[in-house]
Parts: sequence; C-alpha cells; structure tokens
Amino acid sequence: MFNSSLNQLSTLLATKRVSSIELTRDFLRNIKSLNKEYNAFITVNEEMSLDQARIADAMIASGEGSPLTGIPIAHKDIFCTKGWLTTCGSKMLSNFISPYDAHVIELFNKAGTVNIGKTNMDEFAMGSSNETSFYGPVKNPWDILSVPGGSSGGSACAVAARMAPAATGTDTGGSIRQPASLCGVSGIKPTYGLVSRYGMIAFASSLDQGGPIAKSAADLALMLNVMVGFDARDSTSLQHENEDYTRELKGPIEGLRIGLPKEYFAEGLSDDVSRAVDAAIAEYSKLGAKIIEVSLPNTKLSIPVYYVLAPAEASSNLSRFDGVRYGHRSEEYNNLDDMYLKSRTQGFGAEVKRRILIGTYVLSHGYYDAYYIKAQKLRRLIAQDFTEVFKQCDVIMGPTSPSVAFSLGEKSNDPLQMYLSDAYTAAASLAGLPGMSIPVGFGKKNRPVGLHIIGNYFAEAKILNIAHQFQQVTDWHTKMPDIKKL
Amino acid sequence: MAVTLEDVKRVANLARIEISNDEAHTTLDQITGIFSLIEQMELVDTSKVAPMSHAQGVEQRLRKDEVTEIDQHKLFQLQAPKTEAKLYLVPKVIE
Repeated sequence: MFNSSLNQLSTLLATKRVSSIELTRDFLRNIKSLNKEYNAFITVNEEMSLDQARIADAMIASGEGSPLTGIPIAHKDIFCTKGWLTTCGSKMLSNFISPYDAHVIELFNKAGTVNIGKTNMDEFAMGSSNETSFYGPVKNPWDILSVPGGSSGGSACAVAARMAPAATGTDTGGSIRQPASLCGVSGIKPTYGLVSRYGMIAFASSLDQGGPIAKSAADLALMLNVMVGFDARDSTSLQHENEDYTRELKGPIEGLRIGLPKEYFAEGLSDDVSRAVDAAIAEYSKLGAKIIEVSLPNTKLSIPVYYVLAPAEASSNLSRFDGVRYGHRSEEYNNLDDMYLKSRTQGFGAEVKRRILIGTYVLSHGYYDAYYIKAQKLRRLIAQDFTEVFKQCDVIMGPTSPSVAFSLGEKSNDPLQMYLSDAYTAAASLAGLPGMSIPVGFGKKNRPVGLHIIGNYFAEAKILNIAHQFQQVTDWHTKMPDIKKL
Repeated sequence: MAVTLEDVKRVANLARIEISNDEAHTTLDQITGIFSLIEQMELVDTSKVAPMSHAQGVEQRLRKDEVTEIDQHKLFQLQAPKTEAKLYLVPKVIE
C-alpha cells in the first residue's frame, strides 16, 4: 500500500477494495510512528483529515469521484488552509489559523483529496536545508544525519518516508527540485504562472511557483492535473488552456535532443553526483535520445542575480508582518514603532532577517539601480540563454544539486555556501521555465542523486514524458529508505 | 561599494528589525561575503539590456470595478492580536 502509485491507490478506492477512511488511518499511523524522528509535519489533525476522508468516501459511493478522490495529500505549510494552523515555518505565524483556503487547497478539496497534514519547511521558504524552520530541522530519511534539502523539505521527506503518497511544495529558486533530489523522490516546478499564488504565503512573488512532489513522474502528472488552473485572484496567473498532463507519458522519446550545458558539469560539481548523472544520460542514449553539448554562458550569474531579486521582493512582501492584523505581536512595547520593531524582531528568525536586510539594502536610495535594476537586466540575459539553447535541443539536463545531501549543521552558519546549493536550479526559476528532478542513483554515504530536467515554457507534459520513460526502464524511483517501523 | 556597519544599522532601522551592535557586526561579515558574490554582476555590460521583472512578459489584467468581497471582519479579526468595535487596536499615535 505505502509503495503504491497514485493510480494504484485510485483504482483500489474506486473499486472499493479500500476506503479513504482506511487509507487515511494507515498514513496517519505512519506519521505518528515516524514524525518524531523526521519532523516532516508541523501540524497533523486526525479529526479534520478523517472528516475529509468521509466526504471522499461519499463522493466515491455516489460516483462523483475523480482520479485523486480519497487519496491523502500532505500540504506544505505555506498554503493557507481554512481552519488549520498555517505557520510558514515561522514564529511570526505560529498562532495563525487561516480563515481561508489557498487556490491550490480549494482545488485539492474540490478533487476530494484528504489533507493528511501540513509539512515543515524553511521559515518563509528561505533556505535550502530546512534548518531555518522555527519548528526545527527535518531529517533526511535516507540518512538522519543529513538535511532533506529545502525549502519544501518536509514534503520531500514525507513522500520519501511514505508518510504521504504525494505532497505539495513551492519553488522560488529550487525549493521543490533540490529537496526532491536530496530525498530521492520526484518533483516538478511548473512554468511560472500556471499554479495560482493566491493563499500561498509570498516570498518572492515574481519567482514563487507551486508544484507537486511524489514518487514518480506519472504521479506528478496526476497532481498537476489538480493543481494547475487559472485564478483571477493571482494577478500573474496565466490564462492557459487546461491540459491533461498524463497525455504524453507513454510516448517514445527516440530522437529526443537532450542539451547538456557545459556550465552544469564544470567546477563545483561533486564526483559522485557527476557519475550518477552521467549514467542516467547514458540510459537516455540507449532510449534513442541524442546528446548535444550546449552552453548557458550566464549560468554563474544566476546565484548573484537571484540573491538580489529574491531578498528584494521578500523585504517588500514581509513588510506586512507588523503585529497588527494577524501573526505575532510582542507582549511589551512603548509605542507603535516599538511594537513593529519588537514584533518583527521576535517573530522572524536569523535567515529571514538577513534576507530582509539584504533586500532593503538593494532597494534603498542610491543602490536601486546598481543592484536591483542591474539584476533585472541580467535576469533577461539568463532567460535569453535558454531561448537560444532551446533552438538546438528539446530539453536540458544536468544535476539538480552540486552535491548529495549535506550533513545537518554543515552549512547552517555559512549562508554563502548554503546559497550555492541552488546553483543549478535558480536560473530556470529566473527564466520562469518548468524544471523537475527525478532520482537517478546514489552518491556518497548512500545519499540520493537527482537529475534536473528543464523544459521550454509549457513543456510540462513533455518533461513528464521524458522522466516517465526513464522510470519505465530503471528502478531508482522505487527505492525507499530503510524505515523499520513500517 | 563595500557595505558598512552604518549601512547595516540603517537598513535594519528601515526594515523595523532591532539589531544589537554584536549582531550588526556578524551580519556585516555575512552580508559582505554575499555581496562579494553579488558584485560579479558588475562584470557584464548591460547598457543595452532592458530590465525583466516577470518571466512571461504579460500585461496587468484589469477587472470590473465592482465589489467582490463580502464582510468577513468577524472571521478575519479572530486572528488579530487586539480588536475593539470592529477595529484593530494599536498604541496611540496622536494625543
């Protein structure tokens, strides 16, 4: 059951061999026995989950079910969920019971899925290791001494440790792809604008994009079928015709042109990751794909540009946390200004403060052109690199992360090293392109390696097909960590 | 354009974040490291490049000027630290 695909679970539910109540109880039991160790969930509410399971069973009984009806899904604690504590991994929102649902949550509710719990994350999605969470770090189920990646680390861990069949995440500079890679699961960040940001607590609005984490490309396609959709309440939501993301899964990939950017295989890439990625590329050759070397010359600028733009947008977005309408308010203060100051100082953690300060600095008088505008100009050059490369190839591949999961505490006092974890993922975010990570083997200390697949705009169905074909001839995506308690 | 201790204190004040002298020093060290990376941006000539603020280059959608929200103040104010008579309470600003 715990290793079943979403399709298999869907069939079991539709043919009434299992009820949503039973399935939900089984996953809740897993969470209960494993979460103490892994800390993947911030909030679990059995009663509310089981209420949804009852509704799902009724939907199935009356023939109103859709493919994911009755399936438990874990939601990153960045998605506002009506009646649920929604913390965004921060002390600032540690008392926030959301009065409304994010668009993504509305869509999952409509599909009849069961919210199995809210997953841990880096505070306000700022981090690549899940160590900045106010609720403590998540452990990587493959090696509890290592990080699960971030910021959607709780979601990736929950899927890897079979505490949920699939989960939602968000990705600003790599926050779906990097934890998926480090936890040995699959994840996709769609084209910017496909998944509504309404009710998704904002970090960097021009980059933030929701997406799923699951065990396989086929599962991701079913999740995207629910998550993607136009929403007028998000001003950058795209009016894109609805697609069935499973439609191309089975197509052959013979003749596919895979571009390998030489910059993604240069200095900074660990040998163990390089070996596993090379082996995956060789597998694609066997499937009939053509491998072409390409160049994305501005790659090395993606981290500098990202760490100007994302903090700038964050400093503006996080100015809403003032202790007036919701969130943490200091117990003591002398006047209004002091209330803002103390509430924010107590409510935000160190990394969030650091990014707010960087963002405020690059937006401040005298520096705006030199940093913010300059970064926006370079963002265009980075996006143009991809446009040029997609004239030569259909898809881009490389490593998702320069190394396998690093150890807990290894980089937490060195923000610069932590930021370099996003070296391969930030560029696609800046360009707004869809990107995914699939497991392709193991490196040092038996920690997982992910293959990064970047597609052109709206090529989600294509890259899911490319990943699915690989998963038809390999079994990396079926490997699971040694979890004794199951 | 090296970041100074004064800059750190100035932006902390702008961002309404309290920062002690010690914290300012640590922050300065960390931010200096990050800016050494950011300074790489200067190496590229962008004089003929237009800034890009959004990946899709879409135009702002407009909507009809009509009321779409219903009054939910009771629900929303459940989350507020202090309210009275439908209002959010903050320390007195005008005597």
